[in-house]
Amino acid sequence: MSFTINGKTFEEKPRPGQCLRTFARDLGWFGVKKGCDAGDCGACTVWLDGKPVHSCLVPAFRAEGREVTTIEGLACNGTLHPMQQAFLDAQAFQCGFCAAGMIMTSASLSEEEKKDLPFRLKGNLCRCTGYHAIEDALAGVGHVEPDRAGHACGSSLQSPLAHSIVTGTARYTSDIKMEGMLHLKVLRSPHAHAKILAMRTEKARAVPGVHAVFTSEDVPKRPFTSALHDDYRVDPDDTYVLDNFARYVGQRVAAVVAESEGAAEEACRLIEVDYEILPAVFDPEEAMLPGAPVLHNKEFSSRIQNAKKNIFLQIDSEYGNVAQGFSEADVTVEGNYSSNKVSHAHLETHIAIASQSEDGRIHVRTSSQAPFQVRAKLAYLFAIPLERVHVYTERVGGGFGGKQEMLCEELCVLAMLKTGRPVKWEFTREEEFIAGVSRHPMTTRIKVGAKNDGTLTAIQVRVVSATGAYGNHGGETLAASLSQSLQVYRCPNMQGTGYAVYTNIPPSGAFRGYGSSQTVFAVESAMGELARKLGLDLMTLQRKNVVIPGDAVHSIWEGPSDAEMGSYGLDQCMDFVETALASGRGETKPEGEEWLEGKGHAIHMHDCIPPTEQRSEAHIKLRADGTYYLTNGVTEMGNGTITSMRQVAASILNSMADRIEIVIADTDKTAYDTGTFSSVGTSVSCKSVSLAAENLRDNILKIASEYTSRPVEECALADGNVQCGDRTIPLTELFATARDARHRLEVMRKAYGSPRTTCFNVHGFRIAVHRVTGEIRILQSVHAADAGTILNPMQCRGQVEGAVAQGIGSSLFERMVFDGNGKMVNPNFRNYRISAFADIPRTEIFFADTYDAYGPLGAKSAGETPIIPVAPALGNALADATGVRFASLPFSADRIFEQLADAP
Amino acid sequence: MDLNTITEIQRPSRVEDVKEWQNGYAYLAGGTWLFSEPQVNTHTLIDLETLQWPSLTATADGLEIAATCRVIELENFAAPPDWLAAPLLSECCHSFLASFKIWNEATVGGNIIMSLPAGPMISLTSALEGVMTLWPRGGEPRQVPVLDFVTGNHQNVLQPGELVRSIFLPAHALKKKYAFRRFTLTHLGRSETLIIGTLCPEHREFVLTITASTLRPMQYRFDSVPSAAEVRSVVEGIPLDHYLSDTHGSPEHRQHLTYYFSEQIRQELSA
Ligand SMILES: Cc1cc2nc3c(=O)[nH]c(=O)nc-3n(C[C@H](O)[C@H](O)[C@H](O)COP(=O)(O)OP(=O)(O)OC[C@H]3O[C@@H](n4cnc5c(N)ncnc54)[C@H](O)[C@@H]3O)c2cc1C
Ligand code: FES
Ligand code: FES
Repeated sequence: MSFTINGKTFEEKPRPGQCLRTFARDLGWFGVKKGCDAGDCGACTVWLDGKPVHSCLVPAFRAEGREVTTIEGLACNGTLHPMQQAFLDAQAFQCGFCAAGMIMTSASLSEEEKKDLPFRLKGNLCRCTGYHAIEDALAGVGHVEPDRAGHACGSSLQSPLAHSIVTGTARYTSDIKMEGMLHLKVLRSPHAHAKILAMRTEKARAVPGVHAVFTSEDVPKRPFTSALHDDYRVDPDDTYVLDNFARYVGQRVAAVVAESEGAAEEACRLIEVDYEILPAVFDPEEAMLPGAPVLHNKEFSSRIQNAKKNIFLQIDSEYGNVAQGFSEADVTVEGNYSSNKVSHAHLETHIAIASQSEDGRIHVRTSSQAPFQVRAKLAYLFAIPLERVHVYTERVGGGFGGKQEMLCEELCVLAMLKTGRPVKWEFTREEEFIAGVSRHPMTTRIKVGAKNDGTLTAIQVRVVSATGAYGNHGGETLAASLSQSLQVYRCPNMQGTGYAVYTNIPPSGAFRGYGSSQTVFAVESAMGELARKLGLDLMTLQRKNVVIPGDAVHSIWEGPSDAEMGSYGLDQCMDFVETALASGRGETKPEGEEWLEGKGHAIHMHDCIPPTEQRSEAHIKLRADGTYYLTNGVTEMGNGTITSMRQVAASILNSMADRIEIVIADTDKTAYDTGTFSSVGTSVSCKSVSLAAENLRDNILKIASEYTSRPVEECALADGNVQCGDRTIPLTELFATARDARHRLEVMRKAYGSPRTTCFNVHGFRIAVHRVTGEIRILQSVHAADAGTILNPMQCRGQVEGAVAQGIGSSLFERMVFDGNGKMVNPNFRNYRISAFADIPRTEIFFADTYDAYGPLGAKSAGETPIIPVAPALGNALADATGVRFASLPFSADRIFEQLADAP
Repeated sequence: MDLNTITEIQRPSRVEDVKEWQNGYAYLAGGTWLFSEPQVNTHTLIDLETLQWPSLTATADGLEIAATCRVIELENFAAPPDWLAAPLLSECCHSFLASFKIWNEATVGGNIIMSLPAGPMISLTSALEGVMTLWPRGGEPRQVPVLDFVTGNHQNVLQPGELVRSIFLPAHALKKKYAFRRFTLTHLGRSETLIIGTLCPEHREFVLTITASTLRPMQYRFDSVPSAAEVRSVVEGIPLDHYLSDTHGSPEHRQHLTYYFSEQIRQELSA
């Protein structure tokens, strides 16, 4: 038996039930990725005798005597395959986790086959890009611009990771071999609410290859929260590493480490558990009623506000006086809106590997959005000094908020400490659905009052958010949902009441849009209703009421605030969308009287920084060879911050971006960064880089001025040298002279997330709706964003495209569904569909021309917020087309057809 | 995914080589479903590839499709010109949620044996009046129409160890005119409903086959093209609990679409 992979012959034999995907990886071909392990995502695509297959479905033994090609075997003698080059030129990826499979599929297509990409690429999912850049790559359209000194800001520069991504050599968390590594698997509760009375683990321990079994007896007796925030106190301490209560179907109750995943799985099946089944509650309104089952019978010190009523947090706040506002109103509208539980579906699942070096330090390689918070939490849980823990990421395959959570690192560390061996735990896709986190389902009751001329007099919202079995992010998302969703309107009276409520469903977490998406859906839908009632066009109603430059940022809170509009591009964004929708561009409505047509849009204003603590620290130095070395703790997971940071520094130092080496997301190699979430990549992390680079530039110029005895005003930095009058001093020479203690060529700056500027997004759709089947077709999609200075147009467009695609999926069909016992019925990509190529129309994208007063080089956030107005824009278009207001997401045909049939 | 409970692969060149059938045995065809979920009750896979059954045999009597015929082979099949219904082969291949890469591996038999409502090979072969040849362990081969083979969602008449050998599509069915309707909640997604009507050009017999909507395929025969009321009344005869409820469509919507598309098919074939 022998196997040929990428032209090399291997004598190793696969295990009988092994699939080709893991077999190829065992032989070192890490370019073969896992997104689902079930044939749905295509990340594992390889060629078998030249034909593309999903290697996770191919029994490895069948590859015997056949030719296997992985992404690593595509380039020929060091020359990239034309498809790899095309993906590079179009930068047809963000996190890059799908790229290997996407390229292997695309490279197999004939010119004829490329004409039907929706069909040909339906077996390749990408959660990041929204597929536009991929389509461009296949059409041979490039976006990358050359790296030229003096032009860094505003150029579409390539990601420094691009080459490694298209060649399959980028190392994601699992792409590493470690001597003696053990594998961890967990046993999960089949009950939504149960007390564990006893657990028998003897049989499990007896499975050959098993090293240890852990239960709630073996874990630190310290409650914590898996949410990652600088200030952990904003989330409740309601979680144990392993608990003796199960509060949702799928909660882990025991863990096994073994030589192989197979042995660990078998041992998990052999653990016997006696459960006392407790009554469960799934509806958050019911959970607050007297007599409802109580999920967390915990002390006040856990920071649960009202444990007996299952309320983690209640918020009540009023600005102005809504009662009076409504009494002044000529017209009011009211509505109840609800949003779905949505999975992040980052293609790389959660994964961590813990190991220990000879000096006793703990090393955690992980896929996290906030390595410094993971370090802090591990140090707390295991009562070890911070310096003894090292947490780092290499490549991260997407996050979207799902990795602003510590979900696997702690068990790996526990098992590693007990066994003395490196321990790896990689979530399956099913685990990602049932025990990862997801978007908070929220119901919003809203009432809006206005004068006959459209002037708003009062807005009142009541939000009930299902935080699930644990409180992680429940409070902060609730606060955001009550405030960020309202602040675009200049309304004198606003009031919000909100409840973050425990129920026996899997915990919710941070999700792109962080609570705002859900309430903005309600607010903008209500504005659509108000406009209809007043006989006004929605744009007109909004223009009358939106904040204008110079306004304070306010919503429901009284008291001081550090939110400020550092720039204002809402007016431009609204104009862009209005003009585009009126242009007649896009597709025409399909023939037939059964097709209805409608237009709609929605607006949003977002804080670029969360109200919680947020800081970042950049170090930059000039090196002897005249290059720069930059470090920052930010995480790169497709958000592009690594590229923007180099551009910011290059721009200030007037150099090529390539002259700057950058190291990120490593608690040993970089200084503290709170974490990469909540839109802060640009507004805080890049800001620290700009402050550091400015300081380094000033120092260099000062040294050059002394060295040449020319006034500093006559000195200017250029690529690789300093120009002082007519003298050109190479940076290498300058470095050599700057030995004096007064000279500093290595600087550090911190940026702090205050004041917090705001960005704006407007989305518009023209759609067709089939009044019989309920099918929705998007005829035109338009997005306008005010992201301040556009540091990298290609990248900013990519962020908008990806966010819009995620928005379209979660508005039209994505939905986690649970049965009557709290068990998720669709925990896989087969049955929880995310947007595929065929689902996503091309979006016209516009950027406002603004310069932010606080952001680095005038830039502000671009990546998180474009998702937010998508759902209400669709809702408004749907209402325009059908005359019916749909108030419950998603708008899948089977959920809307009944109301259409009744419609006039 | 890795099937970690599998300890043995058998690769017989003849079926007789498979000795005593045991619990924990499973036939391996394309493996595209088997390897897409953990199979914790299975320890041995019996590979059908090594049996080397000829995939497609076309004769004047009809088309014999080996259970092990890959979906891609069916898609590429060049049919005689008088098989008016032959384009259905491709239409049904395109009705998988699975990508064309999976067609390179998945088999026609494997799809029918899965007996999922959205099984497009079930839609195809039941609409074209296919008959399956089953090889029971130790007994004589038996023949079962596809329509009777599938008894419910993920349920069929196959006995433990019984092998599906082939599916035969009779020439008279392949020579029929047909009309095809399908609906999916996401673009190119999983079938929420897939309805096929056929019309015999000679005898005017009209056959309506409803799949994907319902838990198992439902077929209605009329001597000639029925009236709208007749079509409506057969659909009305299907109780709501015979419609599938899952994330690819609600029973109510599936029923609604079944009415709508059945009538469209009737109209198309009466033209
Ligand atoms: C991404 C993806 C999308 C899918 N989409 C769809 C879809 O849209 N509609 C749908 O219906 N299904 C779908 N499926 C499931 C599907 O039915 C199959 O994967 C495929 O048709 C199975 O064929 P196979 O040859 O690979 O079967 P295998 O996986 O090899 O076997 C399937 C089952 O049939 C048994 N079996 C196979 N051949 C024989 C035989 N000759 N005699 C007796 N028993 C046998 C096996 O033991 C096993 O139990 C999808 C699967 C994937 C991975
Ligand atoms: S990992 Fe193979 S298709 Fe997703
Ligand atoms: S780039 Fe496609 S999944 Fe991240």
